Amino acid sequence: MISHAWLLLGLFLLVLFALIKPLGIYIADIMEGRSPALRFGGPIESMIYRLSGVHKENEMGWLNYALAILLFNGLGVITVFILQRLQFWLPLNPQQMVNVSPDSAFNTAVSFVTNTNWQGYSGEATMSYLTQMLALTVQNFLSAATGIVIAIALMRGFARHTMQSIGNPWVDLARITLYVLLPLSLMFAVLLVSQGVIQNFSAYQDVTTLETATQTLAMGPVASQEAIKMIGTNGGGFFNANSAHPFENPTPLTNFLQMLAIFLIPAALCYTFGRIVGDIRQGWAVLAAMAVLFVMMVVAVIHFEQQGNPLFAAAGVDSTVGNMEGKETRFGIADSGLFSAITTAASCGAVNSMHDSFTPLGGMIPLALMQLGEVVFGGVGSGLYGMLIFAIMAVFISGLMIGRTPEYLGKKIEAYEMKMTSIAILATPLLVLAGTAIAVITVSGRAGIFNPGAHGFSEVLYAFTSAGNNNGSAFAGLSANTPFYNAMLAIAMWFGRFAVIVPVLAIAGALAAKKRIAVTPGTLPTHGPLFVMLLIGTVLLVGLLNYVPALALGPAVEHLMLWAGH
Amino acid sequence: MKTLIRPALTLFILLSIITGLIYPLLVTGISQALFPTQAAGSLILRDGKPIGSRLIGQHFTDPKYFWGRLSATSPQPYNSAASSGSNFGPLNPLLKEAAESHIKTLREADPGNNAPIPVDLVTASASGLDPHISPAAAKYQIARVARARGLSPDAVRTLVMQQTEDREWGVFGEPRVNVLALNLALDHLSSQPKP
Repeated sequence: MISHAWLLLGLFLLVLFALIKPLGIYIADIMEGRSPALRFGGPIESMIYRLSGVHKENEMGWLNYALAILLFNGLGVITVFILQRLQFWLPLNPQQMVNVSPDSAFNTAVSFVTNTNWQGYSGEATMSYLTQMLALTVQNFLSAATGIVIAIALMRGFARHTMQSIGNPWVDLARITLYVLLPLSLMFAVLLVSQGVIQNFSAYQDVTTLETATQTLAMGPVASQEAIKMIGTNGGGFFNANSAHPFENPTPLTNFLQMLAIFLIPAALCYTFGRIVGDIRQGWAVLAAMAVLFVMMVVAVIHFEQQGNPLFAAAGVDSTVGNMEGKETRFGIADSGLFSAITTAASCGAVNSMHDSFTPLGGMIPLALMQLGEVVFGGVGSGLYGMLIFAIMAVFISGLMIGRTPEYLGKKIEAYEMKMTSIAILATPLLVLAGTAIAVITVSGRAGIFNPGAHGFSEVLYAFTSAGNNNGSAFAGLSANTPFYNAMLAIAMWFGRFAVIVPVLAIAGALAAKKRIAVTPGTLPTHGPLFVMLLIGTVLLVGLLNYVPALALGPAVEHLMLWAGH
Repeated sequence: MKTLIRPALTLFILLSIITGLIYPLLVTGISQALFPTQAAGSLILRDGKPIGSRLIGQHFTDPKYFWGRLSATSPQPYNSAASSGSNFGPLNPLLKEAAESHIKTLREADPGNNAPIPVDLVTASASGLDPHISPAAAKYQIARVARARGLSPDAVRTLVMQQTEDREWGVFGEPRVNVLALNLALDHLSSQPKP
């Protein structure tokens, strides 16, 4: 990796780590109801609770909490579906976008509600401004809020003892939206506009170019959606080209800020976790494991992309800078490689370069980062609860090795928790591998493949990996806007989200009900380097063992073919 | 279950209004007040008419203009109503074809220039709307543009240097040249009376 890339990575981590503590404390205080900021929104909050018939102090057990979350998200799916199906007759549609087809509308509804933001459609050619705002932007907020409140509920499970309740979902959802996501998005959106991201309601504008052709510039309220797209690790672009589009991500500076915005909440939540369970070191340990995995992957992807494509050199092209197909000049290799690792480490899925055109091993890194289960920072909330599930697995394995009942943060990990942990860890690989298998053995699955050879298989594997892990990025050559892929991927997204959330809440409920046991000399410390290593090992072992055969069939074969004879 | 329906429905509607209507309208209001040019798309006006956006690339084929990246948008390149990359994998024969065909065009437009072609000139950008090329890609085209315009290569080179942007804050992104801005500056230079 060249020195400029190291400098960029170092600066990124430096700024990120400087922001973790203040935001982590702020989120913890908001969610525990003792932040002074709660006074500012007090009247609005009270009005919301009054209209909704919510009593703030009424907490729920895990089952009702889970039902509330499912109901709230189910309403989201119905609303996003209906808005797309009626958009032609609704206001704020200057381009007269027609109603979206039922299968695509269903896929998009599930996609945005599950924080996946997989996009089978092209934004500027499909969605009215009203749909972008009232359907998609809303879900960018609410799906992010959902992820965060699940993580908070799990933290409470560890922090509480002999209690039956894990929180009030309505208060949790309202507070994280109003006090965290909204103010951050508002500030970030205005900052983005100052750098050139557009924000208007004009019809698309025709201009006559220097060579007197007509160019139609797509318009829209982009910045408001762009901000929460990154802060909520959603990733669904206003435009088809996502964060590669100059109106979404105009400068290298906005690119840097967007990368920071993706990791901001997932990283800060580790601190929130430490604070809520009463031991900051526990949060740092989880964060350290994430950071080590992340840096390894960043170095790899930038290295492979700098190798470039040997076929270009053979054709008399100077490709010493690296693989520029599907990359923007202003970002180049380093900023594109770093972005691709960040967006797939977190379950964001925004892209500033086309992953389908990456070198075989360069493209394998985003794929592998998703396959680790989106726990390397991961989605807002989902990354942390995913990583804590792996932490439970890690203490369980080490408990087996030393012959003691495993415990984590003063809670005994018993058969029930391990059953739920197994479901949460195995649901996603099952969806990904079964989905990929079905797609490659059916005619309608193979019909969507764009690139020939091993790369075509990678496209399908990437699609199901992305959907099952709620990432949303794509090897975008795949023609996924077909009834087959719209249905299959919607199933993968829904269960990839809620087949993890429900067991996680069950674990939270079970932990909250347990007694806290005292730390003894025999307790495995879970804040030191030993545990960090153990956690990294568990993630790599469980995550990657599932996928090595599939990765060998796709990227590995393609790599050997590309470099054969060079 | 019944006790969950009312809060779910009401909270959903209220948060939708706040995040889906009030928030974007607020951002629009603030943006129009503080940064009206950026919010409208950073348009470039010539003789009072918009001829493009500073942020969006245009398709150039005339030898007297600098050419940009390949663009995979359809039906025509640099279609800003349908952004898209090529999505060609590294072994896709179409990737090689696209590059080779453009290498041929570049060589034919500039006979005698046998320098290796910078890779960004023969690859498609991610958005299909990339407004920039690398300084190397601009340098490669100086001789052709100067000849087509009857300008001295030095005059064109000076212009390219003026239009070259370094990494933002010295760290972010890559050095680059905005093709539309460079070509506008060229047209301006050509319209000046010769000394």
